[in-house]
Amino acid sequence: MTFELFLFYVFSAALLYAATMVITQRNSVHSALFLVLAFCCAAGVWLLAEAEFLAIVLILVYVGAVMVLFLFVVMMLDVDQASDRAGYMKYAPVGVLIAVVLAIELMLVVGPGNFGLDKFASPIPHAADYSNTKELGRVLYTVYMYPFELAAVILLVAIIAAIGLTLRKRPQTRYQDPAKQVQVKAADRVRIVKMATEKKWS
Amino acid sequence: MIALSDFLILSAILFSLSIAGIFINRKNIIILLMCVELMLLAVNINFIAFSHFLGDTVGQVFVFFILTVAAAEAAIGLAILIVVFRNRRTIDVEELNTLNG
Repeated sequence: MTFELFLFYVFSAALLYAATMVITQRNSVHSALFLVLAFCCAAGVWLLAEAEFLAIVLILVYVGAVMVLFLFVVMMLDVDQASDRAGYMKYAPVGVLIAVVLAIELMLVVGPGNFGLDKFASPIPHAADYSNTKELGRVLYTVYMYPFELAAVILLVAIIAAIGLTLRKRPQTRYQDPAKQVQVKAADRVRIVKMATEKKWS
Repeated sequence: MIALSDFLILSAILFSLSIAGIFINRKNIIILLMCVELMLLAVNINFIAFSHFLGDTVGQVFVFFILTVAAAEAAIGLAILIVVFRNRRTIDVEELNTLNG
């Protein structure tokens, strides 16, 4: 067993353990933290498959942004954990049965018989000066230029949709209206009143 | 050496686990969203493994786009979740039956 294979098994075991914990934990915060562990282990597996750029992106984007968003929402919503898990075990047998059947069927298809080392030989490792990021960028910015820009538009839509969904006007909060601020004239602010001169009070 | 089937079996088991998670956690939308993220991760492992073994970078480009869409999906999904919680004071799936005929 080579060192790479050993690392692959360690990362896979940790990934499957973390995934099992995500679906069985009773506390949503624990689930989110185990999902972070799952993403870190998946990044290790991706490193073994020589996808270095995506492994780092997985850590930065998922662990750094998406999972923090999940944790933020989990902690902000005041969810009643006890009543949440009242019917916890009701559908568990069905789910486990379907998952086991699905896993066996998938493994029959993708097992060593069809995708083993004799069918797909292990590729030659790249040289030490090979840059995965450079190669990915070369393809992304030439052949896939328009899809890349569309992805940027999708992110923009997501930003606007998230803000538009959660923004709300509260009646007791005071807001600025920039249009009114720009249109204001001096006459609206200061009113000069003519009046007779008064004697100094002594 | 690591065979292609090892990667594919790993992602198959991960996908099945997330399916089981959707059945087990039928009441909590947050964990359902996490299970969807796990499914996308399993699919991405497949893409990366095939990209590695076929020597084609395009598989990694696909993973890049899937990550983008998944991030957008998580952001919008959680925003909808917050709006639902604000209006109904619950995120229990079985109580969200206002559209039930």
